[in-house]
Amino acid sequence: MTDAAAPAPRRRPLALRHPSAVVFLALLALFTVGVTLLAEGMGTGAISTSFVKTLGKTLCLCLVALAMDLVWGYCGILSLGHMAFFGIGGYAIGMWLMYARTEIIVVQSLAAQPLPPTPDEIADGIAGQIFGVVGASEFPPIWAFAHSLPLQLAAVVLVPGLLALVFGWLAFRSRVTGVYLSILTQAMTLALALYLFQNDSGLRGNNGLSGLQNLPGLDHVPQATVSLWFFWASAAALALGYLLCLRVVSGKFGSVIRAIRDDEARVRFLGYPVETYKLVVFTLTAVIAGIAGALYYPQAGIVNPAEIAPIASIYLAVWVAIGGRGRLYGAVIGAAAVSLLSTWFTGGQAPDLHLFGVTLRWVDWWTVLLGLSFVAVTLLAPKGLGGLVDLIAARRPPERHGADLGPDQGALREREADR
Amino acid sequence: MSALLEVSGVSVSFDGFRAIDNLTFAIGAAELRAVIGPNGAGKTTFMDIVTGKTRPDRGRVVWGETSRDLTALSESRIAQLGIGRKFQRPTVFEDQSVADNLMLALKKDRGPLAVLAFRPSAADRARIADLADEIGLAGALDRKAGELSHGQKQWLEIGMLLAQDPRLLLVDEPAAGMTPAERAHTADLLIEAARTRAVVVVEHDMEFVRRLGCRVTVLHEGSVLAEGSIDRVTSDARVIEVYLGR
Ligand SMILES: Nc1ncnc2c1ncn2[C@@H]1O[C@H](COP(=O)(O)OP(=O)(O)OP(=O)(O)O)[C@@H](O)[C@H]1O
Ligand SMILES: [Mg+2]
Repeated sequence: MTDAAAPAPRRRPLALRHPSAVVFLALLALFTVGVTLLAEGMGTGAISTSFVKTLGKTLCLCLVALAMDLVWGYCGILSLGHMAFFGIGGYAIGMWLMYARTEIIVVQSLAAQPLPPTPDEIADGIAGQIFGVVGASEFPPIWAFAHSLPLQLAAVVLVPGLLALVFGWLAFRSRVTGVYLSILTQAMTLALALYLFQNDSGLRGNNGLSGLQNLPGLDHVPQATVSLWFFWASAAALALGYLLCLRVVSGKFGSVIRAIRDDEARVRFLGYPVETYKLVVFTLTAVIAGIAGALYYPQAGIVNPAEIAPIASIYLAVWVAIGGRGRLYGAVIGAAAVSLLSTWFTGGQAPDLHLFGVTLRWVDWWTVLLGLSFVAVTLLAPKGLGGLVDLIAARRPPERHGADLGPDQGALREREADR
Repeated sequence: MSALLEVSGVSVSFDGFRAIDNLTFAIGAAELRAVIGPNGAGKTTFMDIVTGKTRPDRGRVVWGETSRDLTALSESRIAQLGIGRKFQRPTVFEDQSVADNLMLALKKDRGPLAVLAFRPSAADRARIADLADEIGLAGALDRKAGELSHGQKQWLEIGMLLAQDPRLLLVDEPAAGMTPAERAHTADLLIEAARTRAVVVVEHDMEFVRRLGCRVTVLHEGSVLAEGSIDRVTSDARVIEVYLGR
């Protein structure tokens, strides 16, 4: 109160305001350099190309988990549909990858003919190659822009964004909240997956899009190198995504969305248009999910409708819950830990467990373990793995900004203790 | 004096039960008004209707010089027009600091883009500090609202109301859970606030109502039973029968 009239204190540097972000970005940079030095493509080769891809994919999953944390952990919207946006991002980039690569192959094979091929012949050739598996030989309208990388890149952002905007507008305007909203988002994912499963959806039905790991025109570049390119891109996207989310959740906007999470009616009576805020957050996170998917599927090599199944979005929520929602690094820790463990267990590397004459095969039992961990975290440690960081932080002496406690202030002052 | 808020012929039923029955009520631009009445009389429901939480089945709620009908507007639009509300249970954002709670309430552009770009100015900080002083929470600005005592939460909510700088304040049982000294302070604050704006106070504590020294409206079964000075309504036979006598 004494300094009420004094000018506002200068903003402290970012590193002091958000120490966790600085630590996170430093660790991410170290990790990226470390993997590069150990990878086959550039370094010693201690890390195989396929594992580089696994790590790159994990970074993309961390990015979509960030989006999930923003929409659920901060804004309180338990969306069980964000993996649909992730899948759409993958389809959008996959269409160009598949088209452009097939085009090169078709042009090469037609070059042997005595007459130069007409554009129609080329188009028919590409369509035959891509849609042969579903018994079609013409391009469906949805592929109208597949020849253009910029347009398909725009689709990575615009299609998830528009879908989220329309869906969110309908749902939030009717004040659908809580479990009903979650069910609605599940219905959306299910509808999308079922649609894509159909052969006449124009996206090759249950075959999905494949061969996405091959970059058109770059066949001479070994996968060991391509995998590193995507790994770097994923790390950069995660870093940028982290900074973006940090910007959104800190400051007054973050204050408003956390208030919406805790008591949205009260926020309305303060004059904030709650529905608009929800729509902004829902759409923004859908776009982030789309970008994450566009980086993930070229590393996975294939995207098919099973990736959009409702269960995928539920897993996403489980990762964020286990990592600790409501803190950005929690989401990253959860996604990284659970998805890497999942790869390990379901990849058959984990040794079988022999208990009382029964053999426990992790490939089958991993989901049970994951389910139990989810229940345990929900009941026993709602802060998740991220809560462990609090234990470390609590051990540091409080920051007194140089002021001493004074003769009669031996005990911790409250505002220091819960800073 | 022309009215700032005029409620006329408003009725609302919940599953056939008439909570508000042909209610008519008006308040001027700089007036303090106490609303009393037995439990279930419809006092909170009346505030719900004015703030857009409950839509009336019939009747009009007319606001301001432009005579806007509030019944068609959303809660946030109504709040932006200048109607602030304090709830019966203290509802502050427990997970956020006292300063953040006040900053949320501070009268500013409420749109998402403006909020995203918002940086508190020196004047904003000074205003928050002044408000905190006024509500006795100057030393608690960095504390989480959830750690405050019940009375302090009530204060914080009053502070948030003042930060909103509304033209009409609806205050539901502000003195509940406060010590006698705190009640006196609350009454003073409300009287002070009513110099420049309209203030409606719902309260059961007659001592408190007397201290406000204003016109009193008695609600009973969803409509106005009596209205006038505190001495007049407390001597009204019907008021004694339904409310004071028990
Ligand atoms: N949403 C609702 N659904 C059903 N009934 C309701 C609803 N809101 C209020 N009521 C009923 O309307 C009546 C008036 O309630 P209200 O809360 O307005 O009373 P009140 O005057 O504020 O009482 P109190 O002094 O106890 O706060 C009560 O009988 C209550 O049960
Ligand atoms: Mg009430």
